[in-house]
Amino acid sequence: MTFSAADLFLVLPELLVITAACVVFVLDPVLRPSDKDSLVWVSLGTLAVCMGLTASQMETHASIFSGLVVIDGYGAFWKLLLYFVTGLTILLSYSYLKEERLYFGEYYGFMLLSLCGMMVMVSATDLLTIYLGTELMSLCLYVMAGLKRKEPRSLEASAKYFVLGAFSSGILLYGISLLYGATGSTRLPAIASAIATQGFADPLLLFSTILLAVGFGFKLAAAPFHMWTPDVYQGAPTSVTAFMAVGSKAASFGAFLRVFVEGLGGVKADWSAIFVLLCLATLVVGNIVALVQTNIKRMLAYSSIAHAGYALIGVVAAGRTDHSSGIASVLLYIALYAFMTFGAFAIVAMLRKGTIEGEEIEDFTGLAKHQPLPALLMLVFMVSLAGIPPTAGFIGKLYVFRSAVEAGMAWLAAIALLFSAISAYYYLRVVMVMYMQDPIAGTDPVPRLVMSPTLSIVLACAVAGVVIFGIYPNPLVNLALQAVLTLK
Amino acid sequence: MTHSFPWLTALIFLPLIGAAAVFVVKDASVRLTALSVTVVDLLISIPLWWLFDATSGEMQFLESAAWIPSLSINYRLGLDGISLPLILMTTILMPLCVMISWNAIETRLRSFMAVLLIMEGAMIGVFAALDFVLFYVFWEAMLIPMYLLIGVWGGPNRLYAAIKFFLYTLAGSVLLLVAILVLYFQGGHTFDILVLSRQTYPLALQTWLFVAFFAAFAVKVPMFPFHTWLPDAHVEAPTAGSVILASVLLKMGTYGFVRFSLPMLPDASRLFTPLMVVLSIVAIIYGAYMALAQADLKKLIAYSSVSHMGFVTLGLFMFNIQGIEGAVLQMVNHGITTGGLFLCVGMIYERTHSRQISDNIGLTKPMPRYATFLVIFALSSLGLPGTNSFVGEFMVLVGTFLWSKVATAFASVGIILAAAYLLWMIQRVAFGIPAPHMLHKLSDLTRRETATLLPLAVLIFAIGLFPNPLLSRMHTSVEQVIARVVPSPHQQHSSRAVLDRPTPLLKNELLSTLDAVHAATVTPPGSLPLTEMEGERP
Repeated sequence: MTFSAADLFLVLPELLVITAACVVFVLDPVLRPSDKDSLVWVSLGTLAVCMGLTASQMETHASIFSGLVVIDGYGAFWKLLLYFVTGLTILLSYSYLKEERLYFGEYYGFMLLSLCGMMVMVSATDLLTIYLGTELMSLCLYVMAGLKRKEPRSLEASAKYFVLGAFSSGILLYGISLLYGATGSTRLPAIASAIATQGFADPLLLFSTILLAVGFGFKLAAAPFHMWTPDVYQGAPTSVTAFMAVGSKAASFGAFLRVFVEGLGGVKADWSAIFVLLCLATLVVGNIVALVQTNIKRMLAYSSIAHAGYALIGVVAAGRTDHSSGIASVLLYIALYAFMTFGAFAIVAMLRKGTIEGEEIEDFTGLAKHQPLPALLMLVFMVSLAGIPPTAGFIGKLYVFRSAVEAGMAWLAAIALLFSAISAYYYLRVVMVMYMQDPIAGTDPVPRLVMSPTLSIVLACAVAGVVIFGIYPNPLVNLALQAVLTLK
Repeated sequence: MTHSFPWLTALIFLPLIGAAAVFVVKDASVRLTALSVTVVDLLISIPLWWLFDATSGEMQFLESAAWIPSLSINYRLGLDGISLPLILMTTILMPLCVMISWNAIETRLRSFMAVLLIMEGAMIGVFAALDFVLFYVFWEAMLIPMYLLIGVWGGPNRLYAAIKFFLYTLAGSVLLLVAILVLYFQGGHTFDILVLSRQTYPLALQTWLFVAFFAAFAVKVPMFPFHTWLPDAHVEAPTAGSVILASVLLKMGTYGFVRFSLPMLPDASRLFTPLMVVLSIVAIIYGAYMALAQADLKKLIAYSSVSHMGFVTLGLFMFNIQGIEGAVLQMVNHGITTGGLFLCVGMIYERTHSRQISDNIGLTKPMPRYATFLVIFALSSLGLPGTNSFVGEFMVLVGTFLWSKVATAFASVGIILAAAYLLWMIQRVAFGIPAPHMLHKLSDLTRRETATLLPLAVLIFAIGLFPNPLLSRMHTSVEQVIARVVPSPHQQHSSRAVLDRPTPLLKNELLSTLDAVHAATVTPPGSLPLTEMEGERP
């Protein structure tokens, strides 16, 4: 094992994030409660520095730590997205946690550690390193999901997430060990060359591919491995839910694509067939079950399942043809999805006030009358999630469906579009209660919204992303295309 | 022919800027701002009528800019003789929609006007787009504003109507996007509508694409049996919403057929002609029968729209100059006439708060001006010679006659039924005896309301008596569509799928048809067989 100090410089962002997490953990018990806001600024400052460092690594391509980790444009794309999402989550949490009366400095520490896990996931080229990354990410998320200690639902979410997460990690590990048995390595390039020389008739290889697909299926919340999602999303504090729905999903897609393209690219016909089934199941379950939800967080949970289904179309397409356009469409889709989903969760978090949960769709009734601006923003996010132009959601779908049609799977695009028409019903239901129904007489009016400067920044970023990339997606598209080029 | 001034961009984006502007102006000037934006938009569009070169079948006022280069999506706009009249119709109607909403909209006026203006931009965009994705963006972007228009400012059952409208049209256009993407890969990696219209695709592919296009356009038209959203949406929508829906949105469906289905998929279009003809005739007769049975004025007009749009789709699939020109003319006519009828219903609703025929009878005495306009619009709708619809329907029927006499006979039934339901409506609404307790509500039209209706009434007679300026502007463009869809005799032998279809008539034949139209419109009733038939109507 070779080790050079220069390698450390390349993983400086990861090191910085870990250091910041430690600083937060150490400072938290020392600081007076009134000074604890500084933890937020420490975290945000670290993210800003990391963002600069990673942006400068877009052009780098270096395999370090004996091929355990690679610093490339593909990893940099995901990392930039993850910094952005983490930053937004921290800003969202700042006022949301006060409303929930949760004062834990560790919260920000766990979030940074989780981010570090995600960063490892998207840049690791060794299956065991990827596994370590997922575990670091997940362990922190288990804790954060159960942060509302006095609320049984939050604890249930945490426990459920932990048990099912551990189960899926087991499957992932089993797949890794079988793959090691079949190819003799856990390094992705070595696996790829082993498959290329041995051929792919080995049933062990197919079996391990399936196990890896299942393991990642859990992390991506793809049906039929989605069972944990609604309960966890509903029970966890809303800011954590937003972080899971966007950050954890993005990181899982990042690792998943790298494993299947770089490592298992030789058997892409096989995994493409597996993912067709997974994709269809995910689209059906996500969109159909979302129709009957009354809790907005559960609805958004099923919506996030459904969106994983749309993104999987790009993966299926990538398995059918030259991978670059399919994979790029997935990258773009997840990035655009991040803006709209995060925006929607931010609005949900805003409705939290005092004893009012604000998590039932009914709670949005008549929102447009009292709070025209947040209602308008929610309208934009819902329209974008439904994939209607001119919003980011449409651009994402356009690219994904384009790659499906390019791969000769127009039928898959047609089915997915049909489900996206169905999805319009549940997204528009939120619009309907906000705009077309008057507040129910005799009940409390819409809870007052917590409009703080930090929340305004979050919402402004989210809505700017949805609208600007809906009309002019070129910068993001170019970034995604550039990132995919470095994926071998 | 490229003009330095970006006419079309200005037409599309001025209303969008206006939509933002209504949120910042003072409360008192919201209406005026919206009105001035629509009027300025109208003023921008009027010069196009004269700048348009009727002798050229090419797209004019072209604008082109790269939009999403990685997918070769461009911002391309242009006009031909088919889209020009539709855009002008839109810009003429929009100020009227603002004026009719002057007092009718009491809640959230700013948002209402903003939504109207966004709709205007998107509608003009649909007719001007020359890039398929750009077209789709405008086509879909219109759904949300229309959904809000019905759902927020609509009648008692608005929630149901709004979501039904939305899901129907969205589900219809699902396959359109897939079809657009398939065309992209089959047509040489481009979304350029003009390039895609020049290619030849295998018949099997054309058939699939035609079905996909059909799903999107037929729901929008709406053709039988996809029309069920229309009466609900019309009844619940506020007046301005009904006008936009009937006058412009429905035209987007037929525009889709003539712009995309016919030139891009000529073989499939010919293959599906019998089906289209049957569906059109069913719509004509069924819509008319349903209209006969309605007690609600808006529902009556909604079903009459189904019937009248049947004539448009019928004319389009005749593939001869009379049929298609008549159909395009009829698109404009229906926009003007039905728009006028819906405005009339809105005005009486503001007074009596009822759209039931039984609550609004005998309006001539208390409201003479109103009754005059109502009768003019109704007579135009039933195709009285001298009005615009006569010219359009006559041409469609002539076009149909060249294809099939039986089809013409069936389609003519629709005209007779139209006379029946409209005259019966007039008989009750205009000439009955008003209920005494209603009289105090029945004040005649205000100056604003007269100004709203007058332009449409003038257009009805202008087009009815002098259709040639309009027809001559469409002529070359329509000929091009026909040249695409009807192969030259040389190809006819080689192509298996060609159905028995007349080639486009020679120019002198066309002129004689037009002369006949003219003769019929200026000759006193009774001197021509066709007008005799008119005289026998109930």
